[in-house]
Amino acid sequence: MRSDSRSHTFRTFGWDGLIQIILIGNSIVMLAPIVIMIFSAFKTNAQIFRSPFSLPDFRHVGNLVRVWTETDFVLYLMNSFIVTGASIALILVLGTMAAYAIARYEFRGSSAILLFFLAGLTLPLKLAVIPLFIQMRDLGLIDSRFSLIFIYVATGLPTTVFIMTGFIRSLPNELEDAARMDGANEARIMWSIMLPLVRPAMVIAGIQNVVPIWNDFFFPLIFIQNNDLKTLPQGLTTFMGEFGTDWGVLFSGLTLSALPIILLYIGLSRQFINGMTAGAIK
Amino acid sequence: MLTSTLTGRRLWIAALVVPPMAFMCLFLVYPILSAFAYAFYEWHGLARGDFIWFDNFHRVLFEYPFSERTINAFKHNIIVFFALMVLQNGVGFILAYCLWRELWGARFHRIAVFLPVVLSTVIVGLLWKLFLHPLFGAVNVSFRSLGLGALAQPWLGQDSTALAAIIAANAWHMVGFPTLVFLAGMQRIPSEILDAVRMETESEWVKMSKIVWPLVAPSATVVFTLLFVGAFNWFELPFVMAGIDGSPHGATDVLGLYFYRTAFGSMSASAENFGPGSALAVLIFLFIAVISSVITLKLRKREIQL
Repeated sequence: MRSDSRSHTFRTFGWDGLIQIILIGNSIVMLAPIVIMIFSAFKTNAQIFRSPFSLPDFRHVGNLVRVWTETDFVLYLMNSFIVTGASIALILVLGTMAAYAIARYEFRGSSAILLFFLAGLTLPLKLAVIPLFIQMRDLGLIDSRFSLIFIYVATGLPTTVFIMTGFIRSLPNELEDAARMDGANEARIMWSIMLPLVRPAMVIAGIQNVVPIWNDFFFPLIFIQNNDLKTLPQGLTTFMGEFGTDWGVLFSGLTLSALPIILLYIGLSRQFINGMTAGAIK
Repeated sequence: MLTSTLTGRRLWIAALVVPPMAFMCLFLVYPILSAFAYAFYEWHGLARGDFIWFDNFHRVLFEYPFSERTINAFKHNIIVFFALMVLQNGVGFILAYCLWRELWGARFHRIAVFLPVVLSTVIVGLLWKLFLHPLFGAVNVSFRSLGLGALAQPWLGQDSTALAAIIAANAWHMVGFPTLVFLAGMQRIPSEILDAVRMETESEWVKMSKIVWPLVAPSATVVFTLLFVGAFNWFELPFVMAGIDGSPHGATDVLGLYFYRTAFGSMSASAENFGPGSALAVLIFLFIAVISSVITLKLRKREIQL
């Protein structure tokens, strides 16, 4: 009896130990490349080639300064901010408008409109890039930030409408009815009574869109040739070519590009994980 | 009075739904519908020529040199799909199971496994390209310092390893996604069911294969379908790591790269070729749509409602 229970504890302990080893091993594999990247940003070529894993002298910020001052890094960063910011703002405004109408009013065709948005969830717009290119040329939007913003809004709306409609539907009617009794008009009810309640869903929808838009490389590659308008992922490929042999600068460029999203993720990891897996979890 | 409030209400609803729908129509629905039409026309640069029925499709599928490249790229997409199925979804499932036990430190490991997912594909591609450099890359440097110099290879420079290297980088980048989707599926399994199983058997294997795996079927459906769509849309990572021509010698060529080259030109031939490009896009689109619906329907049958 006793030996049996001991073998039982040993078995669970051994099993949990194995799991712990798998998890620690995996986290090392996940984090080591990022740590090496950040370390290398503070090293010279010789140090990187000789000992890629050693701790650097963190006071050696020359590479980072070079990226900041000698390349167009800041320009690309600003472009990414402008394009991502404008896209997210438009997606949230338009997505909330549509979701609010679908969720709060009964009218003919409302379910058809929801279906219309949901159908957009599955369409891979990348494969329609030839007609998009011709369309943008006809609209005079090649080499314009608007081409990117319009595309991101169109691809971001389906998930946003999906998330927001579900959320807005779940809100109670009482506040709305009371305001209507007091003679408030529909716009006022939406703006000052309902919208403040919708903020949590906006955060989820915003995060779900911000990561793919901030990181997108494909559409800038096609629509932006002017260096002054390039976004960060696209600009990164440009300057990686220019500084081809100076590895300290290359790693600095990668580190500076990755840092904003890494820091945001570490601060808001729960929201990031919820937001990015929201579409895949029923 | 009543009618005026009714039209007012209608106008208000229209004001809310028309602008977002207009965006979707203009920049999503219309281009996708046009993509189908474009494939049936002859193209001279950016100008549309005559309606030529299925000629573009015929060229892409059956005429030299298009057909060989199409088949070569398609084969690579299939390899990518199956390799990532094991490396990304398989490993993801195991990691999800490990995290689900909620041992000490699980919260940290969950954050770590998802960290690469938030990075741009461009950053991931460039980073691994530096790590895989034949002389100075961290991968070969570590092999040499461990006395395993024989294992050091020009990973991205030779036909035999280039595709595998890019697949590995993709698995590192994205493994956190299936992990956390599976984990969410496992966390939804009611604890009564698990307690009941624990009474019956001590075997983790029986618990896994008979209870956990069938009950996370909805997560598996989503993850498999997304991987399929992703594998046949693969573009950014091979573009950054191997270049537009799928070097070396087309060993990393996939449909996404081939489509881009055909449509917008490459280093070697910089002319747009919108006809065959559109035909390729339509074929890829139909292939993805048909197979992913089949996968979804087949896998849905496996799902159990609790």
